[in-house]
Parts: sequence; C-alpha cells; structure tokens
Amino acid sequence: MEQVHFYHALKVVDEVCIGCTHCMNVCPTAAIRVKNGTADINKNACVDCGECLQACPVNAIIVEQDDFTQIFNYKQRVALLPTVLLGQFPDDVSEVQIYNEIKDLGFTHVYEVDGAVDVLIDSTKKFMHKHHQERPFISSFCPAIVRLIQVKFPALVDNIIQLKPVIDISAQFYRKKLQDKGYAQEEIGIFYVTPCAAKIAAVKSPVGEQKSLIDGVINMDFIYNKVLLSIKNSKKETKKYPENIHMSRRSIGWTLTTGEASRYSGRCLAIDEIHNVIEVLEKLENEEITDVDFLELRACDHSCAGGVLATENRFLAIERLRKRAAWYHRNKPMIMPEREIDLYKTYLQENIGIDKVEPRSILSLDSDMMVAMKKMKKINRIMKVLPRIDCGACGAPRCQALAEDVVQGKAKMTQCVFLQKMLTKEGLISPQESFDISEDTWGKSRFEKKNLNDH
Amino acid sequence: MEFKFTIEGGNFSKAGSASSEVKKILKQLNVNPKIIKRTVVSLYEAEVNVVAHAFEGNMNVDIDTDKIVVKIEDKGPGIPDIDQAMQEGYSTATPQVREMGFGAGMGLPNIKRNSDQMNITSKVDVGTEVEIINYLG
Ligand SMILES: Nc1ncnc2c1ncn2[C@@H]1O[C@H](COP(=O)(O)OP(=O)(O)OP(=O)(O)O)[C@@H](O)[C@H]1O
Ligand code: SF4
Ligand SMILES: [Mg+2]
Repeated sequence: MEQVHFYHALKVVDEVCIGCTHCMNVCPTAAIRVKNGTADINKNACVDCGECLQACPVNAIIVEQDDFTQIFNYKQRVALLPTVLLGQFPDDVSEVQIYNEIKDLGFTHVYEVDGAVDVLIDSTKKFMHKHHQERPFISSFCPAIVRLIQVKFPALVDNIIQLKPVIDISAQFYRKKLQDKGYAQEEIGIFYVTPCAAKIAAVKSPVGEQKSLIDGVINMDFIYNKVLLSIKNSKKETKKYPENIHMSRRSIGWTLTTGEASRYSGRCLAIDEIHNVIEVLEKLENEEITDVDFLELRACDHSCAGGVLATENRFLAIERLRKRAAWYHRNKPMIMPEREIDLYKTYLQENIGIDKVEPRSILSLDSDMMVAMKKMKKINRIMKVLPRIDCGACGAPRCQALAEDVVQGKAKMTQCVFLQKMLTKEGLISPQESFDISEDTWGKSRFEKKNLNDH
Repeated sequence: MEFKFTIEGGNFSKAGSASSEVKKILKQLNVNPKIIKRTVVSLYEAEVNVVAHAFEGNMNVDIDTDKIVVKIEDKGPGIPDIDQAMQEGYSTATPQVREMGFGAGMGLPNIKRNSDQMNITSKVDVGTEVEIINYLG
C-alpha cells in the first residue's frame, strides 16, 4: 500500500469536522475524501496550500504547531520573521514595539528573513545566466508550488531554480554569525514565524536539502495575538520605526506579488493563487507558453499576505507594507552602513545551492504501464455507469475520482448514491445494505432520526 | 488503447485542449515525463495547425506499451508542397493568425524534432493527415 513520507501541518480535527465536502471540492490536487463523516487528507497528494482550511465553514482544519516552550531548549533563540508579519498590526503599533515584544516572549535575536534578498537576487542572476538553456526558470520561493510541481507537473521539476529561498539563507546566516561569536551548534535555536502551512512542511520535510537549517516553527497568528495583547496592556510609547535598521523596498516587497519577478530582466511573470498557477503550469508543460525567462509562482491569493495564518485582511496588510517600504526609502541613510549579512555574502552564496527537485507523480495509475492501461480501461467502463454530475455524495470530489478510487481499491462503486438506488430497485442490494454504505461515508450521526417538529 | 478527440477549425481559444487530454492520459499511464513532453509538444503543434489552417479535424491516439501513435487528420485546404512546408520559417498564415502569435513557420519542424517518426500525407482541397510516432523504450 501507499507509504507516507511527508509531513503536513494541516490537520483535520475529527471532533469538529462536519464532513460538509467544502474542502474536498476546493482541493487543487483532489487529495481529500469524506469517510465516516469526516474529511480525510491523502498525505501523498497534499501540497500544503491551505485551500481546505480557508474553505472550512467550521474551522475544523488547523495548522499544527510546535510547542512554544521548546525555544528554551537553546541558549541563543533566534526568531526569523517574514516581513508580512509587520503588515498585520494596526497602524498605531510601532515596529520597535513589535520587535521588543517578540524579544520579551523569550527570543534573544529577531531578524526579518527578507533582509537576505540581495544575496539571493545576485545568485539567481548568476544561476539563470549559467543555465540559460534551461529557461524558463521557476522560483523555489513557495513550498506549496514546489510540491505542486512534484506531484502534478513532474516534467517541470528541472525548471525549478536550485537555490535556497531567503528563509534558509537567513537561517544559515544567523547560525554562522552566532557560531563565529563562540556559541556551539547545539546552543543555537532558529525559529521561523510562518504565515502558512507550506513553510512548515518545508522545514519538517525539506525538498532538495537533507535537513532544514531551522529548528522549529511558530505560527504567525500565535505571535500576532501574543504581541498585540502585551502591547495593549503595556502602553509604552516608542518611535514608529527603529533607528538602526534599514529595510530596502526589495526586502519588504519580496513576499508580495511581483516581489521577485520585478528584480530580473527578460520576460518575467508573477502569478499568485494556486488555480491560476495550475493554469499556467499546464500551458508551460505543453510549451504553449514559451519565451519566458522567470516565473514567480505563489499558492496564495496576493502571495504571502494571503497566507492562511495571516490575521489581517490581505489588502490592508499590503497597503501597510507598501507604506513601510516607502518610509524606509525616504529615510534611507545618506551613507549606507555595511550590513552584517554582507560580511557573510561569500559564505552564504557558496552554500546557497540545493539538489534537484525529484518528481513524485500522484497521477500515474500504476508504475507498470500494462497494469496502468488495464486500470484505465476499467475506469472508463465505470465512468459509463456513473451519473457524471460530480455531486460528491459518494465522498469523492468527482465521479472520475470515485472511479479511480474504486480501481485502486480505495472505494466501492456502491458509494455512488445513484447506483445504490438503481441496485436497490433491481433487488441487487437490500435497502439495509444501501443504508450501511451511506453510513460508512457520512457517519452514523448524519442518519440519526430527527423529527421535523423538533425545535 | 485508443482515444479520439475532435478539433474545431478557427477556434484558437480551444487550441491545445486535445493535446492536454492526451497529456493527462499519458501521465496516468506512467509514461516517462520527457517522452510525454515531446509527444505533447508535437501534438500541440499539429492541433494548432488544424485550427489555423483547416476547417475541422480529429486526433486519433493509439497507445501501446512500446509506442504512441497519433494521427491528426483534417478537412481543409491541404498542403501543396510538403517539403516546402517542412522548412523552418515557411508559413502561409494570414495576418490575423500572425496577430494571435502563430505563423512563425516553426510548427512542422518542431513536430519533426519532438517525434521519433513523422509522416505527412495531404491532398489539396481535401485535407491533411499528420502521423506522429514516439517510442516509449
Ligand atoms: N493542417 C494543415 N492544413 C493546411 N495547411 C497546413 C497544415 N499544417 C501546415 N500547413 C501549411 O504548412 C505551413 C507550415 O506549417 P508550420 O506549422 O510549420 O507553420 P505555421 O503553422 O505557419 O506557423 P507556426 O506553426 O510557427 O505558428 C503552414 O503555414 C501552412 O501553409
Ligand atoms: S504564497 Fe507565501 S504564504 Fe502562501 S503558501 Fe506560498 S509561501 Fe506560504
Ligand atoms: Mg503551425
């Protein structure tokens, strides 16, 4: 049977899930089925995009996180922040306060990962120049997209740029910096504050790297609530912006749409929202789109501002970040002091490469083509008797998906409510059998006797 | 296994849908991604040629464990001089077709590059048949 190798932070809380099929219908890789009245996510097909979480009407899908107190297992505790975090807070909250509060939570260092963009931009330009015959290049930025390509577009894995994203570069920078200060490897704990489930998966089951450089992940909404609560309670007045840090517009814009695409020459496309990305990848795979140099592809609508752990409305967050970038730009020091990360640039660029991304297609019906052909014929035969209305009442998102599940031994044809009725009418299954099948899919409680006159 | 898809002449917004269907099938049959890509690229070019140059057509796909044979046949003006049509840059595409981004005269040569065997037969004022064979071994 299928082996499970992949860590996913998205979890269905069975006690809360009402098995409503909303998540099943939006999943871009058809990874969800309803069984026993609750949603069940296929770990091999899930790409951690979080569409299911967004679609859930009862908040039954959560992003599992590490225990916060684990940070205290380390002497040096580094909080790596995505710049989108700074866009979540109300306008009257200052950056200085946010940094201070995060330190008060127990961190010894706070660093915004997008401060490392210049290292990456430089290496990306070199990479694209050196491998120019392999264009178009796809950014490795969004882990959900990297996984989507692995499972659905195996022919495109070689187009993914083999360079670390900024969070890994920043982690490497901080680890090295602290080691140079005399701290031992095991004294240093590096934690990423994540806007999404995909980045958690990237830390727990990295692609293209043996081991992640990050020791743990903290959900952005958790940090947001903690920080905002202490700020509301303290009322300390501070300046809005810190005095000793400068964030470039490149850094602040990096996680927003066009953050990457606007940095490279040639024909660069920026595409956000996973269904839009799928549409373009289809065309790219057919070579219907050629003559493109660089593709910035992000799973979330409006990129990381739309991450599943963002608390603020994405349009408001983007507006704040743009304002922030403009402020830093206006107040740019006349002479830029050398930034610490620049001292490590050579070291970071020497270690910036990742391995080739391996395909792991979920589409193939069998590794043996003969068997796959037999299965396909069977699926086509089953499709002839299914109603093709994709009602989802069988617990699969489409009739085609049920047919595939049946052939793979994961479902029974009689799960189809139309077939059930027909078979019952012809006396081939008893009404009780039909009832039992529905109970297996939708759970016993769905069929408890209810009285129309009950209030 | 055999599959058949129809191709609508003149409808560029739908051009590529038959090749996409074939792509899905080949992925399900666990065909090597590199061979899928070659096949789909050549089918796409042949499909667009029907859309751009002919009235209507069919794509007939026959998949075996050792090879994929696809015949794209159309009713249309036909090709008077196949050798000439095969040359890179040769195109009779109308200005309207060029405006849509087609008509560089690269389609047929691209099919040749992306297939193990390619055969064209054509009758002027009747139609054209392009056969594309890719081996799976
Ligand atoms: N199915 C067809 N029916 C009629 N004529 C065709 C057909 N396919 C190709 N031709 C002729 O052969 C020429 C060359 O075809 P080819 O596909 O190489 O280039 P194109 O279609 O003109 O441009 P491109 O494919 O680069 O967009 C066409 O311009 C057309 O005159
Ligand atoms: S777009 Fe950003 S927030 Fe959304 S999944 Fe990708 S990396 Fe995460
Ligand atoms: Mg052509």
